[in-house]
Amino acid sequence: MSAVILRLEHLCKNYGALAVTQDVNLALLENELHAIIGPNGAGKTTLIHQISGLAPSDSGRILLESKEITHLTMPERVHRGLVRSFQITSILPGFSVLENVALAVQAHEGSSFRFFGRAAGEAKLNRQAMEALEEVGLADRAARRAGLLSHGEKRQLELAIALAAKPKVLLLDEPLAGTGPEESEGLIALLQSLKGRITILLIEHDMDAVFALADRISVLVYGQIIATGSPAEIRENRDVRVAYLGEEVA
Amino acid sequence: MEKAVVSSSETAAPPAFLRREAVPLLLFALLLVVPFVARFFAESYLLSLFMRVMIFAIAALSLDLILGYGALVSFGHAAFLGFGAYAVGILAAHGITEATLQLPLALLSSAVFALVTGALSLRTKGVYFIMITLAFGQMAFFLAVSLAAYGGDDGMTLPGRSRLFGLPLLEDDRALYALIFLALGGCYLLSRSLVISRFGRVIRGARENPQRMAAIGFPLFRYQLTMYVIAGTMCGLAGFLFANQTGFVSPAYMTWQRSGELIVMVVLGGLGSLHGAILGAAAFLLLEEWLPDFTEHWKMIFGPFLVLVVLFARGGLLGALRRIGGRG
Repeated sequence: MSAVILRLEHLCKNYGALAVTQDVNLALLENELHAIIGPNGAGKTTLIHQISGLAPSDSGRILLESKEITHLTMPERVHRGLVRSFQITSILPGFSVLENVALAVQAHEGSSFRFFGRAAGEAKLNRQAMEALEEVGLADRAARRAGLLSHGEKRQLELAIALAAKPKVLLLDEPLAGTGPEESEGLIALLQSLKGRITILLIEHDMDAVFALADRISVLVYGQIIATGSPAEIRENRDVRVAYLGEEVA
Repeated sequence: MEKAVVSSSETAAPPAFLRREAVPLLLFALLLVVPFVARFFAESYLLSLFMRVMIFAIAALSLDLILGYGALVSFGHAAFLGFGAYAVGILAAHGITEATLQLPLALLSSAVFALVTGALSLRTKGVYFIMITLAFGQMAFFLAVSLAAYGGDDGMTLPGRSRLFGLPLLEDDRALYALIFLALGGCYLLSRSLVISRFGRVIRGARENPQRMAAIGFPLFRYQLTMYVIAGTMCGLAGFLFANQTGFVSPAYMTWQRSGELIVMVVLGGLGSLHGAILGAAAFLLLEEWLPDFTEHWKMIFGPFLVLVVLFARGGLLGALRRIGGRG
């Protein structure tokens, strides 16, 4: 049994009168790929925002490796090893693909309060960035302007940026969003290859991908986790079928 | 493979280097030639005009660091010009005309003002950042107006230019010109180093996508504040030089209109290009100086000209030059 790496305890968030996250408890095991599924508006992205530090939590605690991170800023959490991607592609469009990733490396390699020397020429940063690009299969696009990439390539780039930050826990907010069948096939294979090396919390609408990839699945409905279990267990769960898969239970 | 990618811009041949650096080389060469040519014409007029061009080039350059590279629209940048100038004026009023004392005070007071106002302003974004920097700029302006002992509204005339180690070295226009030229060159080289450094890459990244930068682990506030202080200090240097060039210090140096002119210079030359800022300052001041010779309605030409540049020459004058010079 592997250890718990990320733990959410009684996490809550309201937007006015609307409870978006209601008493969420979740324990992420080391190196598992844990998927969160749920209907639109269930609060999945908000939950990722809370875990990553983009949105503050109203109450509850978040623990990374048994240390409380509930009140840390997003950059501080990144330095503890909690890294996220975004549902809507978030890259630096005017930078080259390589520099997008090299910046993520730079954030972790020494101080960025260096005022002299050409950052784009730092071999160490570029080498590590290149490794991340090779990992996601984007090495041949390294010199391109990131804004010129195809949508699928931008999704790959986001993953490379996240990987370059050397995450312990990777929060992926719909990495397949908007990709065509071919592109998503490649991305799924990529996620498959990351499995078992990094702990991943995955939000995804593509059910085939989720059930193929996940070690465990949690189902979020109206801000509450109504079930957690293996893909097979979730598939058979009566509550889930009623609440989410939209089946009438006879 | 990595080599090929990384060094694509480094292995450029000399002609490409010359071509890439043509505009800054030409700009500095022209500024260098001015004092030698000026002696055959109206020397003191030409020298003082181009000293003003270079001083405002430093101010525009410093604004470009935060406006062009950081996408932070500061509408109170003239305040730093004032801090630099008043450091000269106030010390001179107390009989201290030594540049080695005036200049540190000019830089330090600008830096402190930038640190305090930047720390507050940078907590806001967009329009609010513009408004709060404007408000701080106005505060500095009214502070200067209220300094009755130092001329208040009217400002004050300086007894003479700053002395260097007790010597009146800067009384000669050509000496002051040389000093300003060196200051501009130094600021330009420093700024170039800044924007391509690790630090500058963080600032440029924040311009493109602040959320992405936070998500890879950069606490942007401290980087942007550092840049704000650097820019303010650099503009303080311009203020120090300005007071020496005009021999006069007044609240008029830090009106909000002046801050607006600095923004226009940066945009006119080409946002996010350092020699663009120099070009913009030169174009702005020289048109303002020479257009009135042709017609008293020169503002009818100047205004539409600015509109046309912004509308049609994306990337400012520099962008237009690039397109004329070849590929865009």
